[in-house]
Amino acid sequence: MIGNALIIGLAFAYLGLLFGVAYWADRRADQGRSVIAHPTIYALSLAVYCTAWTFYGSVGRAAASGLDFLTIYLGPTLMALLWGSLLVKMVRVSKAERITSIADFIGSRYGKSQVLGGLVTVIAVVGVVPYIALQLKAIAWSFQILHHYPEVRMPGDGDQPLWGDTAFVIALLLAAFTILFGTRQLDASERHEGLVAAIAVESLVKLVAFLVAGVYITYRLLNLEGVAPPPSLPPLSPDIPPLLDWLAISGLAALAVMLLPRQFQVAVVENGDVRHVRRAIWLFPLYLFLINLFVLPIAVAGLVVFPDGDVDADTFMLTLPIAFEQPWLALLVFVGGLSAATGMVIVETIALSTMVSNDLILPLLLRRARGRSPPADLGRRLLAIRRGAIVAILLLGYLYYRFAGEAYALVSIGLISFVAVAQFAPAVIGGLYWRGGTREGALAGLSAGFLVWVYTLLLPSFAKSAWLPVAFMESGPGGLDLLAPLALFGVVGWNEITHGLFWSLTANIVAFVAVSALREPNAVEAAQARLFVDVERRAALKRATLWRGSAEVAELRALAERFLGVERTQAAFGRFAQARGIADPAALPADGETVDFAETLLSGAVGGASARVMVASVTDEEAIGLDEVLSILDEASQIRAYSRELERKSLALEAATAELREANRRLTELDRMKDDFMSSVTHELRTPLASIRAFSEILHDDPDLPLEQRRRFLGILVSETERLSRLVSQVLDLAKIESGHVDWRTEVVSLQAVIDQALAATGRLVAERGIEVRQDVPAAPALVWADRDRLVQVLVNLLSNAAKFAPPAAGRVGIRLVAAGPGWRLCVSDNGPGIPEADRGLVFEKFRQSASGGKPLGTGLGLPISRQIVEHLGGRLWVAGGTGKGATLCFELPAHRPAQAERGSDYDQTHPDHR
Amino acid sequence: MTKRILIIDDEPNIVISLEFLMTREGHEVRVAGDGEAGLAEARRCRPDLIVLDVMMPKLDGFAVLEALRADPDLAATPVLMLTAKGREAERRKGLELGAEAYMPKPFSTRDLVRKIAELLARDA
Repeated sequence: MIGNALIIGLAFAYLGLLFGVAYWADRRADQGRSVIAHPTIYALSLAVYCTAWTFYGSVGRAAASGLDFLTIYLGPTLMALLWGSLLVKMVRVSKAERITSIADFIGSRYGKSQVLGGLVTVIAVVGVVPYIALQLKAIAWSFQILHHYPEVRMPGDGDQPLWGDTAFVIALLLAAFTILFGTRQLDASERHEGLVAAIAVESLVKLVAFLVAGVYITYRLLNLEGVAPPPSLPPLSPDIPPLLDWLAISGLAALAVMLLPRQFQVAVVENGDVRHVRRAIWLFPLYLFLINLFVLPIAVAGLVVFPDGDVDADTFMLTLPIAFEQPWLALLVFVGGLSAATGMVIVETIALSTMVSNDLILPLLLRRARGRSPPADLGRRLLAIRRGAIVAILLLGYLYYRFAGEAYALVSIGLISFVAVAQFAPAVIGGLYWRGGTREGALAGLSAGFLVWVYTLLLPSFAKSAWLPVAFMESGPGGLDLLAPLALFGVVGWNEITHGLFWSLTANIVAFVAVSALREPNAVEAAQARLFVDVERRAALKRATLWRGSAEVAELRALAERFLGVERTQAAFGRFAQARGIADPAALPADGETVDFAETLLSGAVGGASARVMVASVTDEEAIGLDEVLSILDEASQIRAYSRELERKSLALEAATAELREANRRLTELDRMKDDFMSSVTHELRTPLASIRAFSEILHDDPDLPLEQRRRFLGILVSETERLSRLVSQVLDLAKIESGHVDWRTEVVSLQAVIDQALAATGRLVAERGIEVRQDVPAAPALVWADRDRLVQVLVNLLSNAAKFAPPAAGRVGIRLVAAGPGWRLCVSDNGPGIPEADRGLVFEKFRQSASGGKPLGTGLGLPISRQIVEHLGGRLWVAGGTGKGATLCFELPAHRPAQAERGSDYDQTHPDHR
Repeated sequence: MTKRILIIDDEPNIVISLEFLMTREGHEVRVAGDGEAGLAEARRCRPDLIVLDVMMPKLDGFAVLEALRADPDLAATPVLMLTAKGREAERRKGLELGAEAYMPKPFSTRDLVRKIAELLARDA
């Protein structure tokens, strides 16, 4: 018989030891000599994963279904391989953002959402409190079993009074411990040195206890005599559970080892140095291996020693030493189990209480104080809330244990609890690697997963505990078999955990992705996504640019002081100022960076979402919409656009320059042409003038000239004077046409009439030169829209040219009028020397006459003027035909349609010159 | 003293007036209607002075002058240029190419006669 006093004394002594270790470690930390800043301590603290459920339950599970129990450790072992990237990333993000819990992590990731943090907290509490109850039950059981030493007796239904219930006492003690070492300061993101040290010690204790018991029991098993082995030994049966279940449960455990609140607490929040993760990657799996080393031998021994099956396999760890009459070993195992249970309870409670206070209660308080600065004593109030939460959670756990007792709902809670926290996986892992997740997406995913979990796992466990009608499990609501909780959509044959895990995670992921896809992440989500996904490149990130508004540094400091105390706040602001190269923290600029710093500082105490709300209450933050973020991004693209614009403009400038150059070239050309024209005009004027002056002077100086010579010279004078006046009028004419100052009197003109008029005007010249004129003109009037006088001028020009170039006496000039397409063509030909091919364009240039005709006979302006006139009337004038047979010049004018003529005089007056 | 004067000009009326003036001074006058003919005539008749127009068909006055100066037999023959393009640049160009005198059209008959006498006297 082991006396109650001994057991209780031992338990208290053990807890006292924990207090001592924790106290010592805290003192050391205060002196700046941390005892837990060591990778091995970190790895040991991770072993809080192994709870009483491991310590006692693994053996039970092995006794019942063989190697099945290994899945719980295989998953984490495999997961540890990924820690180098996944866990390191989580730790980095959490350090940078001063994350306080998994709820804070998820809430912060999706735009510092309070609602999301609250939902995570609710899921965690609902999923984990029964798990705490399980630990309390294990402690109570082990106490009772030990109490009956040396008798092996299963604990009965606890009808003890409350004060006699060890579980209750232990729960209160644990609450005290947790409050003492878990809430020394408000900054939950700071490490709880004493706590971690105590957890590491607990991990060592439970491992040592298990190994010692394992070695001893194995030794006894191998030396058992006279005991026949039972007919079947499940642990040794080759019956391996279905592969699917192995995979599912391994995966589940892999997720749980990252996402359980207590695991997040020790692995992420309490992590002192990211490099510690590296040792944990191999040390933690090694720990799991060692603690499972003797599970099978112990299970076999239990089945051999207690063949009747009246001893619960979950108690083999304790009942075997009792059976072997080893009181000290039994006490050691008791302490080991106690350490496994208390470690879990303490860390889980701290994690949950932080979540409850920061993500559930504080947001509600802040909501009530919406817009106003939080009350001055909020810091102290928050600590009180956190302590209250610790007590409340432990009491809840205890009540659940008392209420559920032996029920399936408690016994099976381990894995069901795992599935609940596995719901965090999409939001956490997706949040670390996918930028597209939104707050609504995470909310939808978590809600969907949680509801399916309740439906497929929690409610059936209630049903199996007979708290709900069993029929509920067998058919869905309203008899819909498709919705049967254990065979959703007709999926049967799976382990219920596999089934629940599959459906809950499927619903979770689908909802998360689908709802996230509904909209683009907003500004805050996008900013947070950047911080979480790109944490490795954090140095390059500047969140400050996303903050707009005004703030008082003093107010930010006052806010921080309420939660962190004057001293710590001063130190933190001092460090921050120093980092920014400012000597006096009071001189800090109240910019985005400072506000961001204050918010991060506060996050450590109250969580990201609440910190955001509180900082917002003392600052005048201008809402940052997506469009503002876009505008920030736009600035860059605007600069790009601006430089493109510059580029475009400089190109345009180049083009304009080229155009100018071209215009200048043309101006120069025109200027040269003008000079040439002036020069030509001058030349053409000076030549007759020279003759006129010379003969005038000769006549003047020689009064005795013979009459005949005098008459000849006077004749030259007259013709040169005519030439001069003709030239002057033609130059003026050309200038008028070119400058558009001609009064065009357009009307319907018959070309036959024009021919007659032109022939009359040139009749004398033709007759003088003895030239024969032939006409080939249709009888029907050829009507055109033209200025009659100008047209006569053109034809006179052509006819006199022809007459001049045609050989005298034998000269022939032809006039031919034909219809040509939509117009009339009039050609004048002669039998003169013709115009060489090369000169055909030149004849229309001013003062250019075909050289082949010898000395030019005209002014050299007739053809240029004619061409101008014809083109003005909408026609064209050109040199046709070949050489040898004389020159042929033709012009074409559009025919005048009678229909147009019928429109009347109004039409005629407004008719444009050009057609 | 009778001198041989070659007139190269394409304006018949100018030629008539020049011919009259030179003949009246007692000189022998030869006439060519364009640059090419003028150059050929100059080589044939070896004039004592050449009156040269600038704007002419086939070969302009400047080209004729260059050809004359390039011909050893004619390089020394004085040339008086007459031109209707009275621009300074052309006057300079003519003198640079070796014309002895340059007169713009319309010209004074008295100045022309005096200038020709001057050139012929210098030559002698």
